[in-house]
Amino acid sequence: MSDLAVAADPLGTTTRRRGRFDRRLIALVALLVVLPHVPGLDSDFGRSLLTQMGIATVFALSFNLLFGQTGLLSFGHAVYFGLGGYAAIHAMRAINHGLPLPMIVVPLAGAAGGLVAGLAFGAVTTRKAGTIFALISLGVGELVYAAAFMLPGLFGGEEGITASRTRATVDLGIPLGAQLHVYYLVAAWAVIAALLMRAFARTPVGRLCNAVRDNPERVEFIGYSTARVRFIAFAAAGLFAGLAGGLHALNYEIVAADAVSAQRSTTVLIMAYIGGTPYFLGPALGAIVITWLQTSLSGYTSAWQFYLGVFFIVMILYAPTGLAGLLARHRPLLRTRAFRGLVLRYALAALPLSVAAAGAVVLIEMAYRVATQPELGTRMRLLGLSVDAGQSGWWLGAVVALAAGFALFRATWPRIALAWDRACAEAAGR
Amino acid sequence: MTVATLALRDVEKRFGATPIIRGVSLDVGQGERHAIIGPNGAGKSTLFNLVSGRFAPTRGSIRLDGEEIAGARPYRINRRGLARSFQVTNLFPRLSVFENLRCAVLWPLGYRYCFWRNAAALPDAREQAERTLEAIGLEARRDVAAGVLTYAEQRALEIGLTIAGGARVILLDEPTAGMSRGEADQAVALIRKVTEGRTLLMVEHDMSVVFGLADRISVLVYGRIIATDTPVRIRDNAEVRTAYLGELADA
Amino acid sequence: MLELVTVSLLNGIVYGLLLFMLSSGLTLIFSMMGVLNFAHASVFMLGAYLSYQFGRWVGFWPALVIAPLACALLGAAIERYGLRRVHTSGHVAEILFTAGLAYVIEELVTMTWGRNAVANPVPAAIDFPLFHVFGSAFPAYKGLMMAISVAMFVFLWLALSKTRIGLVIQASLTHPRMVSALGHDVPGVFVLVFAIGSGLAGLAGVIGGFMLLTQPTLAHAIGPIVFVVVVVGGLGSLPGALVASMLIGILQTFAVAVDYSLLDLLRAGGVAVARASPWYELLAVKLATAAPIVPYLLLVLMLIVRPRGLLGTRDA
Repeated sequence: MSDLAVAADPLGTTTRRRGRFDRRLIALVALLVVLPHVPGLDSDFGRSLLTQMGIATVFALSFNLLFGQTGLLSFGHAVYFGLGGYAAIHAMRAINHGLPLPMIVVPLAGAAGGLVAGLAFGAVTTRKAGTIFALISLGVGELVYAAAFMLPGLFGGEEGITASRTRATVDLGIPLGAQLHVYYLVAAWAVIAALLMRAFARTPVGRLCNAVRDNPERVEFIGYSTARVRFIAFAAAGLFAGLAGGLHALNYEIVAADAVSAQRSTTVLIMAYIGGTPYFLGPALGAIVITWLQTSLSGYTSAWQFYLGVFFIVMILYAPTGLAGLLARHRPLLRTRAFRGLVLRYALAALPLSVAAAGAVVLIEMAYRVATQPELGTRMRLLGLSVDAGQSGWWLGAVVALAAGFALFRATWPRIALAWDRACAEAAGR
Repeated sequence: MTVATLALRDVEKRFGATPIIRGVSLDVGQGERHAIIGPNGAGKSTLFNLVSGRFAPTRGSIRLDGEEIAGARPYRINRRGLARSFQVTNLFPRLSVFENLRCAVLWPLGYRYCFWRNAAALPDAREQAERTLEAIGLEARRDVAAGVLTYAEQRALEIGLTIAGGARVILLDEPTAGMSRGEADQAVALIRKVTEGRTLLMVEHDMSVVFGLADRISVLVYGRIIATDTPVRIRDNAEVRTAYLGELADA
Repeated sequence: MLELVTVSLLNGIVYGLLLFMLSSGLTLIFSMMGVLNFAHASVFMLGAYLSYQFGRWVGFWPALVIAPLACALLGAAIERYGLRRVHTSGHVAEILFTAGLAYVIEELVTMTWGRNAVANPVPAAIDFPLFHVFGSAFPAYKGLMMAISVAMFVFLWLALSKTRIGLVIQASLTHPRMVSALGHDVPGVFVLVFAIGSGLAGLAGVIGGFMLLTQPTLAHAIGPIVFVVVVVGGLGSLPGALVASMLIGILQTFAVAVDYSLLDLLRAGGVAVARASPWYELLAVKLATAAPIVPYLLLVLMLIVRPRGLLGTRDA
């Protein structure tokens, strides 16, 4: 099975397996090195996007250390991201004022901040799990967010705390002025963080985390304290979230209360879940996709949050193992002949789906325009069409497109199911 | 006079106002195979839960090798060398069979909450897990997730999880529950093999299993032990017959 | 001083009862289905908006009936077409689904009514003073609200403990298959429960809509506090929810009126804290400023000290 398989690591590192992992790692590193020079991404905007994806990846992976690995759902994970970020920004300020440390170790200050916060809050909150833990995390998140406004000396209030990433007394010759430089730093730390988290999953306590997720009660009967295991996972997750916060501080040169906000906590949860929590790299995939959606979509439409929410709900209902799960389920089918038939069916289903989606988009965009930006008038360009929200014809047309498209889409489901079964049977027969 | 390995004295347990265990005293010697039988609702599983730390007794003392363990957390009791299996299979469903067993050996081998070493690179953990894997006969299912095993395989893994850590005192809660005759016979052979030299306390309904394995039997009725004796004498005990009324007929 | 205390107490009770109206539906859904419905406050918000809209079309009194009904229908649909799929995936998936739903409902509201608060004033029919306290009027709509919340409490308490269907529902929570085998329509029962819970939220929204600002962030503003109420009172306990709502309602109302900080308290006791001290900022926070976080402090403390809550009978 896939990498997730925190289960399928029977003989650990056999030479063959190790070789495959090392090759993949080198390929990944090469890709990361080349990426910011690819046409389309070689602008400051593109590189900034890549940097944000890197930061979000570390953050989402740290979230999954708690959720996918140990079974703890947190609604306030941004606390550790933000507190790490604050620790890092203060470290940056200290370096600006003469502290003899190189800028590139600032993320470590973030990690330390996240770790300390994780130890402090974890000590009291990891005795319980499940719904109670989720609610405590919610409460703690709100408390810390409120505290960020009440203690301006530490948190800078609404304006936040700023620092410079280029002013330092220790100069290792590593430039950090341009976005490209920051990207490389973030990418390097992201790879390191991911490797460390992966290694953690394979340690004795990492295995026990999985055991706690699967059956917290049984763990106590094989000699381990479930609460202690959860506490360790919590501290580790805090450490890596803080590291992400430190990268955030370096990138933006400012950390404000939004770093510990409920919205940030919700976003990382959505990223991890959509990416696929049973898979180690699932959250990374989710982080990349959601970051891309957030930055690019928000430029096109004010309804992007709605689309994100609907996407999330659809995934929960129909693909609880996330995008990574969908990919993993198709992997064994790739080499079958029936696969082509399946892809064809998908393509055929995509047509009515696109029509329905277009209808929905027109409806939603028109509604948003009328409700939130009436001053811009009723005319707008959507999907290449000149739409007028003032004319009922457009509303009617959109509804028809949505209804008809969806009905046709549903009609393709049985055929898809058949093609799927055929492909699965062929794959199983091999 | 040697100290009994497991000694219960006047153990009581009530849930709210309802008494389940009404004063149980029992001594299990080192290396002894002791079975607890009794009609449904007698409190057998509750007794196990008290000994293994899942619940704390309302009153009474439970000593393991002379040390008081009543009311202690399950993991503390386990660390002192007592392991138990569950009547309703209680495994780690998403972990493979091998992984299940490896988790059970980590603490006894002293690895504690180690986060700096790769678990797969611990040869003693691997060997002990593999030995257990062989003992329970699941080598062919090594990398299969525990959740998709057949019922009998899961019961075998359940026993495996219990003995993997090398506990001196093993508690098995209805190990052959739901098994066919053939499966039960295999399970009995397995149990006899893996509990060689260890102290075994077992709850069972299947009389042939009990009579095949046990050195001594205690009969638990309405939270009290009405008789403790060798299998032959228990079978002939009038009080026990009354309590069971016919269930011993084919034993 | 007496005036301040009396007025604050009265306002605190009113606010507490509003919190109760909201948390009662949540308690019902949780105690009967085990689902922590993160979308509950969103339905409350929808109730406020719907009563505003229907109020403009057909007047307040019909809206008072239509809006909760619409919310109940919505709740039934949510359970039947959404939540039902997720039950088998466990409580975490249920929570995530309702959280996602809350997110989406907030956006739906924005795209229908806009980002700004809509003008949802108290209907003239109930905006007369019932009586006067120290010169300030106690308006009739507050009295109506109190009457409705008491009625809610009585209705729910009877439904949960005295009716046969209440017992069936409670049994379905832990042994759904057995209950189903006995011939009860468990999925149908869940739909009914979710519908009633949502209807209650909608009803609370009608009143809450003109007591608070009817805007898209309403759910997010009041949602977390409702969870605090339900947890502090004890998950699954209706009397607990009542006690906790009153407690938090009164505490918060009083806190807002207190313009003193811990620093002032220390100073009164003769202890001076240097401005440069790292604790200064924290101690200088006035209780009035810290009032919004009082519920969360209570939540965290309660969950750590007594997760069962004040009157709860079970842990989550």
